[in-house]
Amino acid sequence: MTNRRNFLRLAAIGAGSMLVAPRIVFANVATDRRFVFIIQRGAADGLNIVVPYADPAYAQLRGSLAIQTSDAIKLDGTFALHPSLTGMGTLYSNRQALFVHAVASPYRERSHFDGQNVLETGGTSPYQIRDGWLNRLVTLLPKSADKAIAFAPTIPAALRGSADVTSYAPSNLPEAPDDLLLRVAQLYDRDQQFHPVWSAAMEARGFFKDMETRQNPAAAGRTAAEALARIDGPRIAMIETSGWDTHSGQENRLASQLKALDTMIDAMRDGLGDVWQQTTVLVATEFGRTAAANGTGGTDHGTATTALILGGAVKGGRILTDWPGLAPNALYENRDLKPTMDLDVLIAALAAETFGLEPERTMKTLFPSRPFDRSLQGLINT
Amino acid sequence: MVTTTPDATAAIAVNRFGLGKRASEPFPAEPRRWLLDQIAEYEPHPSAFTQLQTTPEIATNYADDRQKLQALAGDERIALQQELNKAARLLYRSEIEARGLNALQTPTPFMEALVHFWSNHFAVSADNPPMLSLAGAFEREAIRPHITGHFTDLLFAVEQHPAMLIYLDQIRSAGPDSPLAARAKRRNADKLPGINENLAREIMELHTVGVGSGYTQKDVTEFALALTGWSAGRMGGKADTNEAGVFQYRPGLHQPGDRLIRHRVYGATGEDQAGAVLKDLASDPATAKHIATKLCRHFISDTPPHAVVNRVSKAFLASDGNLPTVYEALVQAPQAWTSQSSKIKTPWEWLVSAMRGLDYPDLGKANFANLLDQLGQPVWLPRSPAGYDDIAASWLAPDALVRRVEVSQRLAAKADRSLKPQELADNLLGNALTDTTATEINRAESIQTGVALLLVSPDFQRR
Repeated sequence: MTNRRNFLRLAAIGAGSMLVAPRIVFANVATDRRFVFIIQRGAADGLNIVVPYADPAYAQLRGSLAIQTSDAIKLDGTFALHPSLTGMGTLYSNRQALFVHAVASPYRERSHFDGQNVLETGGTSPYQIRDGWLNRLVTLLPKSADKAIAFAPTIPAALRGSADVTSYAPSNLPEAPDDLLLRVAQLYDRDQQFHPVWSAAMEARGFFKDMETRQNPAAAGRTAAEALARIDGPRIAMIETSGWDTHSGQENRLASQLKALDTMIDAMRDGLGDVWQQTTVLVATEFGRTAAANGTGGTDHGTATTALILGGAVKGGRILTDWPGLAPNALYENRDLKPTMDLDVLIAALAAETFGLEPERTMKTLFPSRPFDRSLQGLINT
Repeated sequence: MVTTTPDATAAIAVNRFGLGKRASEPFPAEPRRWLLDQIAEYEPHPSAFTQLQTTPEIATNYADDRQKLQALAGDERIALQQELNKAARLLYRSEIEARGLNALQTPTPFMEALVHFWSNHFAVSADNPPMLSLAGAFEREAIRPHITGHFTDLLFAVEQHPAMLIYLDQIRSAGPDSPLAARAKRRNADKLPGINENLAREIMELHTVGVGSGYTQKDVTEFALALTGWSAGRMGGKADTNEAGVFQYRPGLHQPGDRLIRHRVYGATGEDQAGAVLKDLASDPATAKHIATKLCRHFISDTPPHAVVNRVSKAFLASDGNLPTVYEALVQAPQAWTSQSSKIKTPWEWLVSAMRGLDYPDLGKANFANLLDQLGQPVWLPRSPAGYDDIAASWLAPDALVRRVEVSQRLAAKADRSLKPQELADNLLGNALTDTTATEINRAESIQTGVALLLVSPDFQRR
């Protein structure tokens, strides 16, 4: 047991575990605009990404997990940005970042698989729709003669469908992601045969020391930018990130996850050059995490969370939220941030404004069974 | 993907005795019957192997190439040598892929597990170009056709196969009083031909009665003398292009006279002298015990209970080494059906079961041979005639475990995104799925992670 505790403690200290093998999937369409969907698999903790520091309940609910106002990047009188997100803080100052809070997909259970399926397919329940909203978005755009590019071993659900999309991933054996290694440690924890062998393996590999060097979010950002910046390149891309499921050791894990995300966005912006002005990046996750910290230095599966919208095309420098508050009676099921905005509507509005599409028709195509809300507009410079 | 809850024995039949459940195949309704029916259904020459060459074809090509090589010099020779080495590796690789493909597709996975068992029991090792070329053919020709017959026939097929004769240095072994040696003496040759005890020793130590069964060094030497003349057409050097890859008895190498081996006198000098020894070894109680121990260790536990070893050993002796009878004794042993799985899969078993579990119709783009290298068990390359170890201590090692995690991740990354890892875990493991594994799979943040966790879980790595 001592070994494992040390292991997890060390993991919490040294963990940098985000973009492991970069998985980027592109679709190619004829328009100057670029749309990038970055999925945060694992339920990212919105309350510690865009921090409601002025909400009186926040510090109490989060205890030692609460982000200190002095460290955070202040956005306005209510919200501050996690200190790892320095690049996004600059984007916000330059009005190229729009942060959306208390947003959720229609999914209200707490399974990662099902939640991601709803987020990616655009259905109202898991496995109701087979193809993905990002693929259906491709079908709304002018057809391009060029072959689509992809950087993933398989096509994620959001991009699956009738439109021509392919994927590409480097063929060398990927290093197991650190998040997976941590989960394996948990899996073996009670097995007398596997646990000691695994502990020895992690010790022998100097796991925590080289962990950071193995991961290269900047390279992932550059790879995406390189393809997206080309005149004949893809216009739609999807990037998968994982490691957001911070049930324990959240403070350090989330800090390095966000650092990696911030680095990737920075690298993408640099790589895109002038094309950044034509770009919309949406960062979203399947659901949020509990308002309160749990007993193991983390948070559990919740409901509403943040969505981050970045890019030169974004009407940024503001926070978009109908803030429900964190008071006990304001929480969803007495535990989670209550959803006050529909992520599906947000995505449809973003996609429509980015590509100059008719909003209602976009909504109908991307999220066929969901009601549209016309009042959500003016997100993107058209 | 609807799965019914199978009783524990079904999961044991499929995962412990077979090569692991395929997601698309149901658990067998009558597990013991399902295993035993495979004996009659077994196909020694399945379609996966139809494109592969026979040993005489491989050896003849090899011998021809060697002659071409000898006619060259300098850079040309080096270039051809490199080409030939590359060709040998390609041949080896295609044999491995055929074996892998068959392991995914076979309707008789218990029988295939037995092929793999016997192939490892009678191990050759692809340590050099000739063995690289012949290792696969050896298994197809010496092992596969004989695993449902008598042990004696399997033993003869193995010991007379050119691959084994070459691997254990038998083909040039000559008696000190053989006609060849006599000629050499008359010529005052620098180097007189002599015996090589390698094959004789390994037959006794590894293939039949086993080490510690009471034979002496003298027995080994006498057996080696009896074996002189057992040979095969040479593949290299002064190659016998017409006979390459064919068993041959060469009277010119044989040591004349009677042999005293394990307190028995073997007269009838000639080819049959060694054959008579081999027959006695095949039916010896020590052999029965040795084979029973290894079978029970393979299918039941690293340290199998004495009772089950005795049961299988008795079946071996009573049936005069009739292998189906032996397999039946194993399958009918109650000790083989304990719900506690104690065997850790070897890399081969693990990778094959993972790909079956993910319902690979074929090897697809998986770099199968390389994956096995990375996992630490290249096919037919144990680098020892003892074969690969069959105990957990040899496989459950820190780095090996990390590699399994990496390979799991790679397989999971390519897995169907509509998979439901929880359902797959139930489907593949049935009752053997523990709460811990089920919980961790449920907590996985993506389908890929869930699948990877399933494949590296202790439940899936045991059988």
